[in-house]
Amino acid sequence: MADVEACLLAHLNSGGEVPDSRSYASSLRVTHDELEAVIKSLSAFRIVDTTDITKETWVLTDEAKGYVAGGSPEAQLVAAIPPEGASKDVLREKLGSVFDIGMKTAAKNKWIGFEKGNKDLVLRKVNTIKDDLQEQLKSLESGEVLSDKVIDDLKRRKLITKEKSIWYALKKGPQFVAKRKKLATDVTQEHLRSGDWKDLEFKDYNFGAQGQPIAIGYVQPLLEVVREEIQNIFLQMGFTEMPTNNYVESSFWNFDALFQPQQHPARDSHDTFFLEDYLEKVKEVHQRGGYGSKGYGYDWKRDEAEKNLLRTHTTAVSTRMLYKLAQEKPFAPKRYYSIDRVFRNEAVDRTHLAEFHQIEGLICDYGLTLGDLIGVLEDFFSSLGMSKLRFKPAYNPYTEPSMEIFSYHEGLKKWVEVGNSGMFRPEMLLPMGLPEGVNVIAWGLSLERPTMILYGIDNIRDLFGPKVDFNLIKSNPLCRLGLQ
Amino acid sequence: MPTVSVGRDRFFVALGRTYAQEEFEVLCFEFGIELDDVTTEKAIIRKEKHLEDDDGEVDGDDDEVIYKIEVAANRYDLLCLEGLARALRIFTGTEATPMYKISCIPRDSMLQMHVKPQTSQIRPYVVCAVLRGVTFDEARYNSFIDLQDKLHQNICRKRTLVAIGTHDLDTLKGPFSYEALPPQEINFVPLKQEESFRADKLMEFYKSDMKLKKFLHIIENSPVYPVIYDSNRTVLSLPPIINGAHSAITLKTRNVFIECTATDLTKAKIVLNTMVTMFSEYCENKFEVEPVEVVSHDGSKTIYPDLSCYKMEVSLSEVVGPIGISLDETKVISLLNKMQLQAESCPSKGEPRISVSVPPTRSDILHARDLVEDVAIAYGYNNVPKSKPKCMTIGGRQPLNRFSDKLRAEVARAGYMEVLTFTLCSREENFDMLNRTQDVNKAVIIANPRTSEFEVVRTSLMSCLLKTLKHNIDHPRPIKIFEVGDVVTLDGSRDVGASNNRRLAALYCNKQSGFEEIMGLVDRIVNVVRAPHIKFGQNYYVPTNEPEFFPKRQCKIVMSDGKQIGYLGIVHAEVLRKFGIPDPCTFVEIDVEALL
Repeated sequence: MADVEACLLAHLNSGGEVPDSRSYASSLRVTHDELEAVIKSLSAFRIVDTTDITKETWVLTDEAKGYVAGGSPEAQLVAAIPPEGASKDVLREKLGSVFDIGMKTAAKNKWIGFEKGNKDLVLRKVNTIKDDLQEQLKSLESGEVLSDKVIDDLKRRKLITKEKSIWYALKKGPQFVAKRKKLATDVTQEHLRSGDWKDLEFKDYNFGAQGQPIAIGYVQPLLEVVREEIQNIFLQMGFTEMPTNNYVESSFWNFDALFQPQQHPARDSHDTFFLEDYLEKVKEVHQRGGYGSKGYGYDWKRDEAEKNLLRTHTTAVSTRMLYKLAQEKPFAPKRYYSIDRVFRNEAVDRTHLAEFHQIEGLICDYGLTLGDLIGVLEDFFSSLGMSKLRFKPAYNPYTEPSMEIFSYHEGLKKWVEVGNSGMFRPEMLLPMGLPEGVNVIAWGLSLERPTMILYGIDNIRDLFGPKVDFNLIKSNPLCRLGLQ
Repeated sequence: MPTVSVGRDRFFVALGRTYAQEEFEVLCFEFGIELDDVTTEKAIIRKEKHLEDDDGEVDGDDDEVIYKIEVAANRYDLLCLEGLARALRIFTGTEATPMYKISCIPRDSMLQMHVKPQTSQIRPYVVCAVLRGVTFDEARYNSFIDLQDKLHQNICRKRTLVAIGTHDLDTLKGPFSYEALPPQEINFVPLKQEESFRADKLMEFYKSDMKLKKFLHIIENSPVYPVIYDSNRTVLSLPPIINGAHSAITLKTRNVFIECTATDLTKAKIVLNTMVTMFSEYCENKFEVEPVEVVSHDGSKTIYPDLSCYKMEVSLSEVVGPIGISLDETKVISLLNKMQLQAESCPSKGEPRISVSVPPTRSDILHARDLVEDVAIAYGYNNVPKSKPKCMTIGGRQPLNRFSDKLRAEVARAGYMEVLTFTLCSREENFDMLNRTQDVNKAVIIANPRTSEFEVVRTSLMSCLLKTLKHNIDHPRPIKIFEVGDVVTLDGSRDVGASNNRRLAALYCNKQSGFEEIMGLVDRIVNVVRAPHIKFGQNYYVPTNEPEFFPKRQCKIVMSDGKQIGYLGIVHAEVLRKFGIPDPCTFVEIDVEALL
């Protein structure tokens, strides 16, 4: 094919034209189909201009094609007769279907005769014959025009049929080149090694198509994306992470130590406490008060405090950490944070799960104020993209004052609650042994809720749990928190 | 948080002015309550009956707008319209805090309640009071009933701690007696019934009562039931279940006898004080309450209610210091007044001191810190200037969490997708479906699971990953997922008897099991965790024979000292079938803490 293209381009380049691709194909000794493929490829790049030529032409039937190759039936017959003649049966066997047709015309042309008295023996009457039929068929095949009489004759003998055919007149196109460069689709090792990259011209690329899917790993959006960013905010603000890997907690640390009175569902109790002294102080402040407090005035029961449960908040861990801190002398201020699971015995729905992640931050130091808490919250939440905050008085057994944190949501055009905060009560801190004057400011929120707002997810189960769709994990964009 | 429903128009009358809704919401926000919903009586009835908006007419033509207001759980004085309106009037400065007082009556003409010793077996305390010359109308009456309901739900803990009985005093004759008797000896006509019941039969009868059946357990199994009689042996009530029909309150009742029986005396006093401080507003002598003398079985006598103010003395800096503002004592006193707290400056040589009288309505005030909050609220949380904590601290991570994050990144780089599943799962998933039965006694079992989905804390991540795979079973293969998370097992060495263990688990699912893929992942992990104290020998795979995997296609992963740090295997066909997974899977789980 390359040769065909080269010949054609050379021909056109040397000033030649191709008025008829069909005859040009036969001059190149290739089929017209082969030439046509080259023409189409060249004309697509406008290297050649084509004009369609449509003609109804006579083409040879299969029978006729056989005659072009092997001679007309009469010629075949004559050729088959030996000098002494041959019987019809012998000839019929030798020539097959051609025999009957050949006999007629050969007899008419007086090329054959019969021995007298023996009509079965065919004799040859001439030494040479001129095979007109073969000549005619060959002429027709090469495109010559024959007389109507001949055409009629061939038609009658069903040697030709009429066929519509397209071929082309060719000349140089506007993008004509004497030698077409082959367009590359890719750069290969071969190109680089052979050095032919210098001559490479690239086929236009379909940028509408997508790249190939790639096999990679993925991280879960809730963890990677949001937890990590929030973690970064805490670390930037000088907070130390607390160890929260203890899902099972005692009621004591979960409730009692936080000055939360004893009315909670509970679990099997297991072990005993080692903190007798502290336990007594907590009991006293619940029952009768102390440290400037009235207390709750009820019978504090140790059994209730010893009941185990799945922690309902990570504040249980914060309490353990503050107790530990209180035992360290001299006192040193701390900033603590944690992000981990908490459990609620709640029915699961679009916005509630039986377990979710709580974010908690706290600062413990002498003389901290509500103003400090507001200042820290503004720093923290503006890093999360929530810079417009408002605070509402609230109730929480272990904080006083307590503030619910609201943020103005530009999309929803309203204030939405984003977390809770407050200063831990003296009844919680003083029995631990923290010095008078030391305050703790703290706040908490869920990890899921801001993530849902951030990504516009309205069903929490699409984010967390076994029903999360892998496609969501795969298609989640990078978190841009903290990039502003 | 409790929600109180009040008729808007009546509420605005009580407030002495009307508010646009937005304006009212701002007031609520500042005061620390929340307008939760705005509805109508009709809409509420429709909702209860599950009717659509245009589903025909609802009985009653009451189209009054109802405000549902959420209040703090420790503010029992805000649980009715009277208290809410009073608190807001005082907060906005249109009214001063009332002085609640006990009427002066001679001790010998005071009504008495005699407490019998048997009550200590079941419900030891009773406190009482009388409201004289009350004028009820329908709205006031409904509010009176609603407040009892709200108190029963909240501070009374569904009547376990305290139960309130209110009676038409004019139908009764004192002195009263609070007794505890065998149920067979108690007979009376209960409220809303016409015939007399014996107490044990009555309990039987109420087992089909939707409202009352949930209170029966409080006394049901006691040999004696608490009961209150008047001097004619008329039953006032069978606390905490039901009052007698005889002394039922009506719109015409003028004198109300209130008794609160309890297992918690402090709460009983708070409940009684709440009832009388709220509704003495409608007494002939406003805010005046007639006392009742409770005579204990040991002869000691106490007069209730105790409406005295709780006195506190604080320094100025104690109150404003924790807020981070500076105010003089006059300003602080006026802010305290807005929160119903009477206050005055104390004579003092040094720092200004303030004496505060906490009225009986403010039982939530326990400590000077509560005064701090009230001053901050009255000052306006959003007016407090923000500041920055001064302490310098250095941030840091928990090593285990940081290490876990490094491993997560490593496994994600190896082409696995991270998933995040629940710690809680069903017993079946954690054991039976994994062909594991022997682990049950190592697991933390939930005593009160709400659904079978959450019965036990997982002891391995295997069921979690298989469940996640099942929910994404149509995802193109191969599926490669992983999770780093905690499992919990019983642990006698911990104060709570259980401890978390951080695990890394991965699951491979394809047309072939991927056994070698998973081994490749383990090889990678072993390679990156090696450290002077974390050593692995040449062969760290040791064959095992566990029921959750195919035999001979499973092993444990051991360190050079022989300690097992994980296991892996081709998941057994039975396990796959139980989880509904049609394709072969290989699972690995590794103890992250052992590699730290």
